[in-house]
Amino acid sequence: MVKTKSFLQKFYVGLIFTILYAPIAVLIVCSFNASKARTIWGGFTLDWYVQLFQNEAVIDAVKTSLMLTTSAALIATLLGTFACIGMTVMSKRSQAVIGTVTNIPMLNADIVTGIAIMLLFVRFMKLGYTSMLIGHVTLGIPYVILNVNPRLRSASKTTYEAALDLGAGPVYAFIKVVLPELMPGIMAGFLMAFTISLDDFIITYFTKGAGINTISTMLYQEVRRGINPEMYAMSTLLFLAILLILFVVNRIGAKQDEMKVY
Amino acid sequence: MSRQPLIDLEHISKSFDGEMVLDDLNLTIHENEFLTLLGPSGCGKTTTLRILGGFVTPDQGKVIFDGKDITNLAPNKRNLNTVFQKYALFPHMNVAENIAFGLKISGKTDAYIRDKISYALKLVNLEGYEKRNPMSLSGGQQQRIAIARAIVNEPKVLLLDEPLGALDLKLRQEMQYELVRLKNELGITFVYVTHDQEEALTMSDTVVVMNQGYIQQMGTPEDIYNEPENAFVADFIGDSNIIDGIMIQDKLVEILGVRFVCVDTGFGTNQPVDVVIRPEDLILGAPGRGVLDGVVTNLIFKGVHYEMEVMANGYEWLVQSTVARQPGEKVSLFVDPFNIQIMNKPASDDEKAVDPDEYE
Amino acid sequence: MNTNKRKLLTGPYLVWAVGFIILPLLMILYYGLTNDSGSFTLDNLLAIADPIHAKALWESVLIALGSTLISLVIAYPLAYILSNMGGNKSGTIIMLFMLPMWINFLLRIMALQMILANTGILNAILGFFGIGPLHIMYSKTAILIGMVYEYLPFMILPIYNVMCKIDRNVIDAARDLGADTKTVFMHVIMPLSLPGVLSGIIMVFIPGISEFVIADILGGSKVLLIGNVIDQEFSLTNNWHLGSGLSIVLMIFIFISMAIMNKYDKSGEGQMIW
Repeated sequence: MVKTKSFLQKFYVGLIFTILYAPIAVLIVCSFNASKARTIWGGFTLDWYVQLFQNEAVIDAVKTSLMLTTSAALIATLLGTFACIGMTVMSKRSQAVIGTVTNIPMLNADIVTGIAIMLLFVRFMKLGYTSMLIGHVTLGIPYVILNVNPRLRSASKTTYEAALDLGAGPVYAFIKVVLPELMPGIMAGFLMAFTISLDDFIITYFTKGAGINTISTMLYQEVRRGINPEMYAMSTLLFLAILLILFVVNRIGAKQDEMKVY
Repeated sequence: MSRQPLIDLEHISKSFDGEMVLDDLNLTIHENEFLTLLGPSGCGKTTTLRILGGFVTPDQGKVIFDGKDITNLAPNKRNLNTVFQKYALFPHMNVAENIAFGLKISGKTDAYIRDKISYALKLVNLEGYEKRNPMSLSGGQQQRIAIARAIVNEPKVLLLDEPLGALDLKLRQEMQYELVRLKNELGITFVYVTHDQEEALTMSDTVVVMNQGYIQQMGTPEDIYNEPENAFVADFIGDSNIIDGIMIQDKLVEILGVRFVCVDTGFGTNQPVDVVIRPEDLILGAPGRGVLDGVVTNLIFKGVHYEMEVMANGYEWLVQSTVARQPGEKVSLFVDPFNIQIMNKPASDDEKAVDPDEYE
Repeated sequence: MNTNKRKLLTGPYLVWAVGFIILPLLMILYYGLTNDSGSFTLDNLLAIADPIHAKALWESVLIALGSTLISLVIAYPLAYILSNMGGNKSGTIIMLFMLPMWINFLLRIMALQMILANTGILNAILGFFGIGPLHIMYSKTAILIGMVYEYLPFMILPIYNVMCKIDRNVIDAARDLGADTKTVFMHVIMPLSLPGVLSGIIMVFIPGISEFVIADILGGSKVLLIGNVIDQEFSLTNNWHLGSGLSIVLMIFIFISMAIMNKYDKSGEGQMIW
């Protein structure tokens, strides 16, 4: 009885994960498929990988995407972290007002956020890389604040005071004591802002200027006429690269967590 | 025992969000004194400590330290250190790094820092713990590290904010001796905050009992225990029978319709007063032999003694004795005039005693 | 202390929030409440009553509700099982659910299409067992599957997080007081996991109601959702005033559903715990 139950549980978890990862497996398989037809296996090939590096349009899109995502996540992390630190000394009321405004991009539909930023830029400036970047930063900040704020609230106050008590100036105390405690939160916030930005299509779609393509918008154009298998190769590589980065980050995170566990 | 004044708190007032926490507080702390601020939570003791540490700026009044006004001096510029309530050890640094924190800021040499660390760890009985992670240590050990981290900076005053609050009873008692030993070895002033009256009585040279932002009484532990100045102090320190009474004349007080001889004078005639009798000062005897007759209603064994409740003249008296009397037994109560403590009724609601049981 | 200096650190973000959160919303309001000649009108909002628009909104609500419900039914037991596995795996599990997001969303939906297509992988497998073929693609079912696939992690993570935080002592206490497994689940675990469920619902329902890309790819333009209508007003017909007006209606819809959710979420901490 107990055994069947635990088997059923494991089966269920396994099934969901299989479904979740099946499309990704399909993509990876397709990136090695010699046949361009998506449902026919035409033998193993690395051609798509070779062609990928010769296709400047794809390379450009990847570069734009990575640049955009990295800088958006960095800016969001900086702005969000500073905002959290400043907010600790504000009145409850101001904190609540700022918190509500912060939640808007997260709770509002992406399509509305995207259109809103587009309207602003079309009216007063021009759509381009900047508008896209601003859209992505706006999307990312709430996730940074969401991750940094609880850490800031739970830990820093007494240790910060202890540092002052031991003779540290406010800035020194912040860098030496508060920042290390916030670091896991900041990293998680950065990672989430990065993920959301990389996965985004809608905001990019509405805020991008003519002639600029990210991976998302390039794929959207290709959806109708059939996707170039180079894109499969590209995302397989990207997936592996990110897997590697995650592994490293996780390792560092695990080390920091080890200290907190006890 | 004459000591030089080291810190003067002059007319300190502080309110948070319109609520008065400290009201015109005056306090002198002497060199080499173990001074304890004692009171229920919300009495202003922690705020007083934070004003000393520089984490709170008073609305009014001055803090004079060693003759200098330090009221507005930043915490990192003060020659005193704090042992925080939950230790506030830096979780991302090991024990040695924690202790070295203050020394590095003041630009000490590596050799000096190393010496200091091992000296301090020896002082708190944690030799060889340099490389350990503070979060992996027990509460008592973390406590010692927090103390070591503070004292290596050779402060003139060590502020301790309920440092034993998180420890279990046995460890707490051990640490009490430890703290007194440390204070004597270091020869510096300790300002200690607690809500635990036993801690305060055990360790201090001077106890300051606070309630609702006022100092209720200040004196040696013996004074505070034996001569409480008002009902609040009497109730907060140890167990007490506090009864409404009327001072008939000097050395004669009426409680529950019975006249008792006492030793207090100067309360006027026919004045309402509070009368305090400690439970260990009530002596049980055979019926008719004491001042009051009553019936035992409750009996508890407390280890060193028995604790009984005796119903007499409509009041449930708390009595401690090494002899047990069973519930239902008829007894008499006797009290030595010397052990009857008369106190003025509080003049206003402001000073009115708050039942300490409401807190914590 | 120099609290005023510290407050300044919030400054850049405040400027950002006003410039790029509030101002853009005002732009939508402006466009939505004016016509081409710049005079005030409510026509763009009332355009939702147009049968095509009303139907699109209705379909969106239905599909969003459907995908929310299906996600909840799948996610709740999963989160419960995962939280019971215990240990220090939570970081890894969260990672496993976030990982698919690193493959572009459009590609994943494309891949799903390959699986669901008439000659796709699913039908190949079913055919092997002599079932099918199923015609899933280009239907509401396909959209529903796509949305559940895309948003399931957003339902699992908040529920998983609250379940992990439930104090095991509370469960032991319930057992100690004589509760059997079922009672423990119904009267302890369920109520305590409610905040996670609520935030999961919000995180699936809101993107669901405004979805248009999945409908585009898996629905094959057969199903018109409110997101598609708004998109078309901007990318095809260039009627920004109408598009903004419909966006405002969508926003009002979202805020109403948030308000309803918040009413149930008394603790207030249910929002976005992931």
